[in-house]
Amino acid sequence: MNVLILGATSAIAQAVARQFLLSATTPVKFVLVGRNDDKLALIAEDLIGRSATAAHVQVQDLTQLDAMDACISRAWETLGSIDVALIAHGTLPEQREIEKSWELTEQALRENALSHMALMEALALRMEAIKRGTIAVIGSVAGDRGRQSNYIYGAAKGATAIYAQGLRNRLTKSGVHLLTIKPGFVDTPMTESIAKKGLLWASPEQVAQDIVKAVQKKRNVIYTPGFWWLIMTIVKSVPEFIFKKLSM
Amino acid sequence: MKKESWSWGGIPKASHQVVNLRWRTDTINFAGFTASCLPYGLGRSYGDVPINDEGILVRTTALDRVIAFDAETGVLHCEAGISLGDILRVVVPRGWFLPVTPGTQFVTLGGAIANDVHGKNHHCAGTFGCHVLGFELLRSSGEKLWCTPTEHADYFAATIAGLGLTGLILTAKIQLTKIAANKIDVNNQAFNGLDEGLDLFEQHEDTTYTVAWVDCLTRGAQLGRGIFSGGEFSQTESRKNLATKRLAVPLDFPSFSLNKYSVQAFNNLYFANGKRKSGRGVTDYEPFFYPLDKVHAWNRIYGRKGFYQYQCCVPFGEANEGREAIREMLNQISLSGNASFLAVLKVFGDKQSPGMLSFPEKGITLALDFPNWGDKTQRLFDRLDAIVREQNGKNYPAKDACMKAADFQQQYPQWEAFAKFIDPKFSSSFWRRVTQENA
Ligand SMILES: Cc1cc2nc3c(=O)[nH]c(=O)nc-3n(C[C@H](O)[C@H](O)[C@H](O)COP(=O)(O)OP(=O)(O)OC[C@H]3O[C@@H](n4cnc5c(N)ncnc54)[C@H](O)[C@@H]3O)c2cc1C
Repeated sequence: MNVLILGATSAIAQAVARQFLLSATTPVKFVLVGRNDDKLALIAEDLIGRSATAAHVQVQDLTQLDAMDACISRAWETLGSIDVALIAHGTLPEQREIEKSWELTEQALRENALSHMALMEALALRMEAIKRGTIAVIGSVAGDRGRQSNYIYGAAKGATAIYAQGLRNRLTKSGVHLLTIKPGFVDTPMTESIAKKGLLWASPEQVAQDIVKAVQKKRNVIYTPGFWWLIMTIVKSVPEFIFKKLSM
Repeated sequence: MKKESWSWGGIPKASHQVVNLRWRTDTINFAGFTASCLPYGLGRSYGDVPINDEGILVRTTALDRVIAFDAETGVLHCEAGISLGDILRVVVPRGWFLPVTPGTQFVTLGGAIANDVHGKNHHCAGTFGCHVLGFELLRSSGEKLWCTPTEHADYFAATIAGLGLTGLILTAKIQLTKIAANKIDVNNQAFNGLDEGLDLFEQHEDTTYTVAWVDCLTRGAQLGRGIFSGGEFSQTESRKNLATKRLAVPLDFPSFSLNKYSVQAFNNLYFANGKRKSGRGVTDYEPFFYPLDKVHAWNRIYGRKGFYQYQCCVPFGEANEGREAIREMLNQISLSGNASFLAVLKVFGDKQSPGMLSFPEKGITLALDFPNWGDKTQRLFDRLDAIVREQNGKNYPAKDACMKAADFQQQYPQWEAFAKFIDPKFSSSFWRRVTQENA
């Protein structure tokens, strides 16, 4: 199995890569894409130690939209073809700060939406041609409904989800699988500054198990952990005239 | 950080500032620390060894990467925050096992070295430290020392069982043990008294894994009745790694649920069940080595007041004084009515650990859980301490929250020599407690 991981140094991505190895029945080869050469090398070493047959490192800034097609093409060549691609990079911008700056807002959208779209498109083109493969993209429950506390991030994640939905519609006839992943609160370095309490927080390992299972079962959209489906169904059903008054 | 209970027993309560170490290539700004620091693994020590009240804990659990694994030789090099369970998931399917493992797999590699943990095979394999080939030690000066039995041998000896005080272990290389299968052939035998139990250990000297559970609420002739369990890895090929389902204890139990009567009922059931199931059988390695791991956060059955472990070892003695000492301890416990759910008996062998402050020594070891009943529990510990003292025995820091400074200094005469290796920026609540009063 050939796996491409975009944003490979993220905690969820690392956990997913390991989970693929644990559940694999055939040898697994990786291409790991990210910005930091040193960290990618540590992850590659780890995956080899955990029984991957190869783990190639590819340094790339994933916000350079023009470079996304070439990035995918290089990874494709390295592996021969790609069975599963996970798009896992992202940032959590500080809403209060970036809402005052178009430059920062644009950057947040590039980091959390546009680059995901460019990558999905580049992958879709190639997978459509061979009529197989899986694209898994990490969105967020924050994309399901805008809230004052993080609507720029939410808008980006929502855009990614809608884009993926449309693309899934297009890819169905070629048999290519597209999975949208909507995690809730995950305990990772990205959320380090947030005080973590209570039962809503999940570990990257828990989320990774859900993701790999969803890839294997060719699911369309998953909430992880699963209870977020229920929470978001309720959140989405609150009428706007009430919702707008809530402090969320 | 809000969290108060940092150790498995939940005693003492403490507050910390937490620094997460995510990459072994990151630099830690020790110079910027305004208080002392201490490495922290999975917090599976019972007492105050992983605690540094009002200080800084450097969390290592994100350092969980494999660096190299040679499936031919069984040499594994990992980051120190990887858990033993994670290691097993990687190596068992390829025919290897940990050379030594404690009774839970939720401990880190670094924590296993820093407490120099022992397992059911101490009489055959010694401690965890006996199988460490080398490690990288980060000092607060920023210096990184690669320590082996021959390179920086002094830091090697001080850091194994060094209670996290000599610096932070970043990576470690260990020698694994070859296995043919992930199953264990077990042989369980019920015994009716302490002597019978200890005789079983003698008879099973050549069995790799041995341990016994003891009922410490019985009196008289039945004192020290229990179930002995011996095990060997099966020779039948089957390495499938079975995922086991976990139960969770979601909330702290109200403390009234644990009393003399409930423990007595539990013990009676456990004994009867063990007796019924006596004999030979085959089991997966997880229930054999980690029976408690199935119940996640089982420590919470002891409620908010927390609980203590008491683990000591006493030498056999020329005229079997060791046996008598253990008998007297069981007697005291039984008399006190302070119920111990889990009393574990084992015999340590004479294999010397490289660690300066290593706990195990040839003799008998007893490990017990006690709910925290305040003074009553302390009085029991005083009596147990006196027996250990008389017998020239030792207490295990990893499980301790109560021992007196004088006892520690008596039991670990190398403590002053060890102190020279302590990193100037590192400290722990345990260390302050056992060294502040001089013997
Ligand atoms: C159910 C259960 C059963 C157990 N059974 C046994 C047993 O059979 N035998 C046995 O010996 N023990 C046993 N223990 C105790 C346990 O094995 C030890 O306390 C172990 O050291 C805990 O590891 P940890 O990663 O949780 O470390 P922590 O408890 O977090 O820390 C322990 C010590 O290690 C130090 N440390 C942690 N990481 C590093 C690092 N990277 N560098 C330097 N120092 C570090 C800490 O500073 C601290 O001093 C058991 C514990 C439980 C809960």
